[in-house]
Amino acid sequence: MYKLLLSWRYLRTRYIALASIISVTLGVATMIVVNSVMSGFTTEMQNRIHGILSDVVFESRSMNGFYDAEGHMEAIRKVAGDYIEAMTPTVFVPAMLSFQVQGQTITRPLQLIGIYPESQGAVSDFSKYLQHPDNRELASFDLHPRGYDTKDHQADCDREGSSNVRNRKQMQEAGINRRIAFIDHQRMMAAMYAADAAEPSPEEASNGEAETPGAAAPKDPFAGIATPGQSEEPQNPYAQKTGIILGIALGSFPRETGETKNGVPQYEDVFMVLPGDDVKLMFPTAGMPPQASSGVFTVVDFYESKMSEYDSSFAFVPIEKLQEMRGMIDRTSGAALVNSIQIKLKPGVDGNMVRDLIQTAFNDRSHLYIVSTWQDKQSALLAAVQMETAILNVLLFLIIAVAGFGILAIFFMIVVEKTRDIGILKSLGASGWGVMGIFLSYGLALGLLGSGVGMGLGLLIVAKINWIADVLGRVTGKPVFDPEIYYFYKIPAIVDPLTVAWVVLGAVGIAVLASVMPAIRAARLHPVEALRYE
Amino acid sequence: MSNPKSVLASDLIESFDQSARLSEKAVFQDSGSFAGDLDAQLTAYGLKKSYQKGPVDIPVLQGVSLSVRQGELLSIIGKSGSGKSTLLHLLATLDAPDEGEIYFESQRIDNLGRMERDALRNRYLGMIFQFYHLLPELTTLENVLAPLMIGHSVLGYFRRRREIHKQAKELLQLVGLGHRLRHKPRELSGGEMQRAAIARALITRPRVLLADEPTGNLDYASGREILELLRRLNAEQNVTIVMVTHDLSIAQLADRSVELVQGRIVSS
Repeated sequence: MYKLLLSWRYLRTRYIALASIISVTLGVATMIVVNSVMSGFTTEMQNRIHGILSDVVFESRSMNGFYDAEGHMEAIRKVAGDYIEAMTPTVFVPAMLSFQVQGQTITRPLQLIGIYPESQGAVSDFSKYLQHPDNRELASFDLHPRGYDTKDHQADCDREGSSNVRNRKQMQEAGINRRIAFIDHQRMMAAMYAADAAEPSPEEASNGEAETPGAAAPKDPFAGIATPGQSEEPQNPYAQKTGIILGIALGSFPRETGETKNGVPQYEDVFMVLPGDDVKLMFPTAGMPPQASSGVFTVVDFYESKMSEYDSSFAFVPIEKLQEMRGMIDRTSGAALVNSIQIKLKPGVDGNMVRDLIQTAFNDRSHLYIVSTWQDKQSALLAAVQMETAILNVLLFLIIAVAGFGILAIFFMIVVEKTRDIGILKSLGASGWGVMGIFLSYGLALGLLGSGVGMGLGLLIVAKINWIADVLGRVTGKPVFDPEIYYFYKIPAIVDPLTVAWVVLGAVGIAVLASVMPAIRAARLHPVEALRYE
Repeated sequence: MSNPKSVLASDLIESFDQSARLSEKAVFQDSGSFAGDLDAQLTAYGLKKSYQKGPVDIPVLQGVSLSVRQGELLSIIGKSGSGKSTLLHLLATLDAPDEGEIYFESQRIDNLGRMERDALRNRYLGMIFQFYHLLPELTTLENVLAPLMIGHSVLGYFRRRREIHKQAKELLQLVGLGHRLRHKPRELSGGEMQRAAIARALITRPRVLLADEPTGNLDYASGREILELLRRLNAEQNVTIVMVTHDLSIAQLADRSVELVQGRIVSS
């Protein structure tokens, strides 16, 4: 009883000891914030990666792929069917994208992926990242007349400071109007070139007018006629070509608007192509030797996973069309080649286990196929983040350990200061263990207080982290968390109660450990000498 | 307090009670080493104690024998350095003698185990010091309650809390500090602090009160009051008091006084 009373009184009267646990408090708070933000980052990033990659990917080593996707899927189902929720075959091929912007040809390398739009949504979050609300419901390769998002639908617009959500005004034009303007412009250009070829005396003025695209679009006389008629009518000159979904960074770039809001410079997205425009693709055909093949596609939507790697290198087309254009369909049998099968697992199933199962089943043909989980595919990135988190944790825990030595020193001081009181207690019949108990429970109380306040502070910072980042950005005039760099509009933070518990427990443990030595010293004090102590 | 300890403590009480009943054939009489007063409550025999200061041993007590009867007020007079405080510490089992034996109610106590000594001090001995030795963090009431807090487990303390508090308040009334319950020691005068210390020493209803220069730090009037209080307690509650002092005028107020000169008893 006296132990609790005295340690409580010491806690309330020894401010120097409270000072010594400030570093524990700060350490705990920082650890909680860092772990939350890191795990938020990791989770967000994994979601992004996972959004495009299905749980397990079965692919051929050769770009030509393999026949009989159904047969392979059957074989996979036989070994791991219990764990699999959905599968879909896809075709991967490197390709070259080119399109015209104000008379300039822009060329980009990319990874072309042939998919079944409906089943792709079943194996990954693919459709979630599209820009048209209907496509998010059910992905399709048809151009929608209008209604593309003019704001990033993934940004939390309600949040205070959502000012840095980039404007996408141009997306208003996307759709059928854009298509009409695009085709008209192309026709006009073609006619002009034809005229140029016929009469070698060009009229500069009309040329200049024609090169402002889109300006005539709203007034276009065909607008009203063409809207109902879609791709069904083959003779319709405005009919779309095969649809393609481009990674958003392939067709747009962010530009500073010159305005600032809360001291943070504002950006807008400038689109070089919009849904409705045609783009050209060039890719190798299957077979020996591969030959360059090309085709014209109509952009129908953008794909935005916020993983810049994917957003700037992936484009999706219907798989049948790609197979056809690449010569992957056997003329006589109609069998088609695919080069990968995307597998989605049932919730809670361990991807590594399924990967191993499939690998074993295809062991005799291991020179033909690679089986990997999505984590395998991004292992370098994930490992880097994990390593970073681990190192930060070690460093921060060292800070708390250093705080432990501070507690140790101050406790020794307090024991010396309290020498006479220890003698008094012993003369009243307190045992060595009892005296030790005073200082141990004092250490425990300090640890609990320090890490408790630290926990509160940490959780508060995590809860208000975006506000804090905004304020810091305003004060320093530089965005702390630049969405240009991180692709997130807000700092993701996930509080893991287990991590918090471990951090707090560790800090309390250090405080108690630091008080053990002074407590032993107090317990060993000889009562007579302690009483004589002045 | 941990459980094993309270078991040991209760064993101790039992053995004390038994030996009190069998006081006629005292244990130490059988041992043949010392046959003192059979009514003696606290007896010391041939106590020797020296302290090491560097390479030399400084003898403090050189064979002190002493016997205190139940209900007696004994004063031990001695100049500073005569070893009177050391003697008191030995009697309180705060320190162990180099040679000699100490008996409390016919039970040898100088060779008891650590925990038994703690329990003995807690239950049967009360101590008063020259510098009061109150705990500065605790209020007067809490200081008085401290020995009971030490003697009880948290649970046991809370179970008997009301009773214990009532007892402490009564005791503080008795020593004239009924109005100072919530004050910290630094807010009290010297005399008040000493009275609080006396109340603390009495809270466990000890058999023997050991006072080390109880008036040494007080002015004449307050010192008198403290002595009056001690005498009253001695008379009314029949507490055995052993008081150490250098002041002859104070010693004269005791039932009996012995003088300690250079580690030996010279008169009784």
